[in-house]
Amino acid sequence: MSINYAELKKGGWMRQKQKNKFALRIHVVGGHFTSEQMRTVSEVAEKYGKGYVHFTSRQSLEIPWMDAADIDAIKADLAAGGVSPSVCGPRVRTTTACQGSATCPSACIDTYALAQEIDKRYFAQELPGKFKFGITGCRNNCLKTEENDLGIKGAERVEWIPENCIACGVCVKACRDNAITLKDGTITVDQEKCTYCGRCAKACPTAAYEEHPGYLLTFGGTFGNHFHFGESIVPFVEDHDQLIRICDATIDFFSEHGEPGDRLNVSIERYGREKFNEIIKEAYAK
Amino acid sequence: MSEIHSDAELDITDQVCPMTFVTAKVKLEELDEGQVLAIRMNDGEPVQNVPRSVKDDGHKILKLQDNGDETYTLYVEKVGE
Repeated sequence: MSINYAELKKGGWMRQKQKNKFALRIHVVGGHFTSEQMRTVSEVAEKYGKGYVHFTSRQSLEIPWMDAADIDAIKADLAAGGVSPSVCGPRVRTTTACQGSATCPSACIDTYALAQEIDKRYFAQELPGKFKFGITGCRNNCLKTEENDLGIKGAERVEWIPENCIACGVCVKACRDNAITLKDGTITVDQEKCTYCGRCAKACPTAAYEEHPGYLLTFGGTFGNHFHFGESIVPFVEDHDQLIRICDATIDFFSEHGEPGDRLNVSIERYGREKFNEIIKEAYAK
Repeated sequence: MSEIHSDAELDITDQVCPMTFVTAKVKLEELDEGQVLAIRMNDGEPVQNVPRSVKDDGHKILKLQDNGDETYTLYVEKVGE
């Protein structure tokens, strides 16, 4: 039997060092997996594998010891339980996310909803190299967004509402960046120091801050053979459509200017960082 | 600003996270609804986080007072049974 490894890799089948054995990578979005999906994976691992799975570093699951001869049967069993294979190789990979505002008190955005949207829009899109999206809900950065080609960090802009304020002073101390001063009952937020973390608003006992959620983005992160910390190019992004426009511009850039095997940062270096920044700034401003 | 009335006092300056908040929570449970607890805490991590945790537990924060000795006193009115 001849095996087309490139085609299998595209479908999430990772060749093991043992002949004709594969670890099947599972499509997980934003680290969210239902109990039914978990049962399905468990059954497949028992029926076709060795009864265990591996959790990948980016919130996916791999079922090792799958035999090449069982591929179609495995796919069918998974599909019946709402599980599909992921992808590997030069394309858009798993979108990772923290728990987000659905359950986490610190989060500024609904990371899971955004992960689903990003996944729907870009997952498995063919590109010159791999491309990773990572989404975290706030500045605590549990999802370590700067490791990703495009990192999205939840943030919020705040506006003080004087009539709700009791001048208790809690926000002044909640702020980790000393951006807030309280003098004679008046709050001043130093916009130069503010990092859009939203801790003031979340700590405020009287809802005296209006919260405008948005995003802080980083570009070109990678933590494989070469390390590069994703870089910030544009300021706070408040509009959802603006975010998608910037994501589109980034993917389009990589698609157009990347060379086989690139990561985004390599393409940026070759193309010129300043010129790339202009593309992103244009998408931000449009 | 020390004119705020309090029914009970608690000093958590000898505690570290998470016992700062836990100690405050236990003390608040002992109080009756509407009573005010004055919680003295250290600058830094306790004053950054304890007020928010108390608020998230549903109590009413009245004032955070700077004691001028690197400690703060948080005045909290108990809400709920």
